[in-house]
Amino acid sequence: MIDVMYFAWLRERIGAPKEEIETSADTVAELVEELKARSEAHALAFSDMSAVRVAVDQELTEMDAPLANVREVAFFPPMTGG
Amino acid sequence: MTVRVQSEPFDMGAEVEAFSATSKGAGAVVTFSGLVRDEEGTLDTMEIEHYPGMTEKALEEIRTQAMDRWSLTGAMIIHRHGPMRPGEQIMMVATASRHRSDAFAAAEFLMDYLKSRAPFWKKEFGRDGESWVAAKDEDEKALGRW
Repeated sequence: MIDVMYFAWLRERIGAPKEEIETSADTVAELVEELKARSEAHALAFSDMSAVRVAVDQELTEMDAPLANVREVAFFPPMTGG
Repeated sequence: MTVRVQSEPFDMGAEVEAFSATSKGAGAVVTFSGLVRDEEGTLDTMEIEHYPGMTEKALEEIRTQAMDRWSLTGAMIIHRHGPMRPGEQIMMVATASRHRSDAFAAAEFLMDYLKSRAPFWKKEFGRDGESWVAAKDEDEKALGRW
């Protein structure tokens, strides 16, 4: 089981800040494909991947990052700090 | 504390005084604070969401990079989250060094990285409804100069 977290408009579109997912995905990109199949809201949230960033165990990474032994994956739009 | 993430406002004057007092050997202190713009009166509230846990780690990492890269006697970051009104302070950085050039460069570096590598997202509530603030291409490009 991994915790999948959503922030900003991804959280709003999916309608939840977090879900526990049972997955056999090897990479973030594979996990995204599984998530898109869960609901129309998920499919819409992940329809434009150029607008989505990912962190794995709280480290910013890329969509091809492996998921072995990972506990937490977070999806969010480009950050707007400062 | 050199990195703080909090919802409550901070007193910039008191923060800078305390920071300067603990920055031994400094001859220069550079400070920057970011405010909520009122967008010509159309903005009612800005709400900042963040990623508890990752935020603190990301800020600490950015600060460590600045300390490694320039000759600093100290660096600090405070960043708020939650709802804020126009004119309120969102965040501040302070850097200290023996001579001013390191403190100036490090403060700019911290700001450039905070903009697009710290997990904060701004949402505006105003006369025209609500909307997420979009990241700017130039903020991403600004990282290229470091």
